[in-house]
Amino acid sequence: MSVLLLADHDKGELSPATARLVAAANQLGPVDVLVVAENPGNIAASAAQIAGVRIVQVVKAAETAESITNSLESLAQRYQSVSASASSVGKDVIPRLAAKLDIQPVTDIVAIEGANRFTRPIYAGNALETVTDPQPKHLLTFRASAFRPAASGNAAPVENLDLSVTSAARFLAAHRTESDTPDLATAQIVIGGGVSVASAEGFQLIEKLGKTLGAAVGATRAAVDAGYAPNDWQIGQTGKIIAPDLYIAIGISGALQHLAGIQGAKKIFAINTDPEAPLVKIADVALIGDLFEIVPQLIAELEKSGIRKPQ
Amino acid sequence: MKILVAVKRVVDHNVRIRVRPDGTGVETTGVRMSMNPFCKHAVEAAVQLAEKGQASEVVIVSVGPKQSNDVILTALAMGAHRGILVETDAALETLTIAKLLAKVADEEQPDLILLGKQAVDDDSNHVGQMLAALTNRPQATFASEIVVKGSELEVTREVDYGRETIAVPLPAVVTADLRLNTPRNAALPMVMKARSKPLAVRPADTFGVDLTPRLTIEKISPPAERVPGKTVGSVADLASAIASEVNEMEAL
Repeated sequence: MSVLLLADHDKGELSPATARLVAAANQLGPVDVLVVAENPGNIAASAAQIAGVRIVQVVKAAETAESITNSLESLAQRYQSVSASASSVGKDVIPRLAAKLDIQPVTDIVAIEGANRFTRPIYAGNALETVTDPQPKHLLTFRASAFRPAASGNAAPVENLDLSVTSAARFLAAHRTESDTPDLATAQIVIGGGVSVASAEGFQLIEKLGKTLGAAVGATRAAVDAGYAPNDWQIGQTGKIIAPDLYIAIGISGALQHLAGIQGAKKIFAINTDPEAPLVKIADVALIGDLFEIVPQLIAELEKSGIRKPQ
Repeated sequence: MKILVAVKRVVDHNVRIRVRPDGTGVETTGVRMSMNPFCKHAVEAAVQLAEKGQASEVVIVSVGPKQSNDVILTALAMGAHRGILVETDAALETLTIAKLLAKVADEEQPDLILLGKQAVDDDSNHVGQMLAALTNRPQATFASEIVVKGSELEVTREVDYGRETIAVPLPAVVTADLRLNTPRNAALPMVMKARSKPLAVRPADTFGVDLTPRLTIEKISPPAERVPGKTVGSVADLASAIASEVNEMEAL
């Protein structure tokens, strides 16, 4: 009943969400992690420390959908479940692998109800679908934010696999947003800005509040489309799905597609001029007023009280 | 270059859906339906390539009930050349849809297959990747830019860390993200003209693909309702509410 889990990584480091995925996969059986990377050393070493990992297998290869899919495919026979994060990589490769193996995948899992029973959101999270998967093999992606992280302190063996994988697609260039804010998908506090933030400069104010609280910073699709914030900050049905303990939505009216991305938040606070905005209606705490007046005062208040999230 | 674009008819993305109280699904009767937004971006990309002289023919395919003709007509009004409806009233799984589209791709032999990255009803985000595997093509998913470079495409993809550019040799499969373009609204003369464009209707059960679902849907339930909150009167009150939340957080 063992599970193969593809590790997500960026810039040669393991994704911080991996401990959550290991915890999810571990509900189905012993977890073996697969790392496919050009420079896998640090990634594999970090993965080996996560509790519940039996072995870390490493393929040194280009990070395209084809080479990752081919790596997974060559190992898939040994596992009852092959899984990944519901991240941009997992979404890219698991359906491709599923078609090759003639298996209908179950993706974006937010709850594991049994050995082959899973719950996933549909309609932007406005409904939840519970399915039973009777197939001999399960192909799965888990939504990391829906699971508590596994502990660390393990020392699983690392095994290098000598696979030659090919890819017709070639990687040309990465365009990344340089930022030292925490990972949006796993942050405990997230500050979100909407189109009312009105400019990239306005977003610096949102970022400043984020820094004060040690929070990640996100944005609505409209704010990203307007060029105020980079695309990897987008929260919503088609962007990142977040599940922080606290989400502070600033100048966000609350389109259905944005609400889809924040339903996992434990508490939602809102700052908005419009008391009738959908986001204000669902907020646990709302302050009505102009964000450009409120946010600087809020930063000052919070700095005065010295509040900061536990690390 | 010949382009095949797959489109899906879904509950309009502005409709607030309602889960049936008996847990059997989402109410779709009497609800406004339209083309999945991501599919619109895929159609627009194909039509723009045709307008630039980089594509010679844009063929639209949809898998679904007879009413899916409406979304094919929308795509034809946007400038596509002809349509194919693979007709079925059954709710098909994504793997089945990909297999049907692979059969159509075998017949049509397109250089490029464009799809939306996901449908806003089941939110699966599967079909493009599956179709790429079944037709043994490279894939470029979540595209925000497509540039034709000879017999290759340079595609910029929206990924979790930002964006990345990859080169994919044709024939290939590309799925569209929202910032790929701004889909046009077809003018009335184009809508009239679309009705005279060829539209073939073919029953889904004539493709030799097993349409039986693999998964059993046990129930569809509404998400937990959020309890209404309160409005505070001052920045100081908001700051202390934030402080009390932060104090309750456990260190990770």
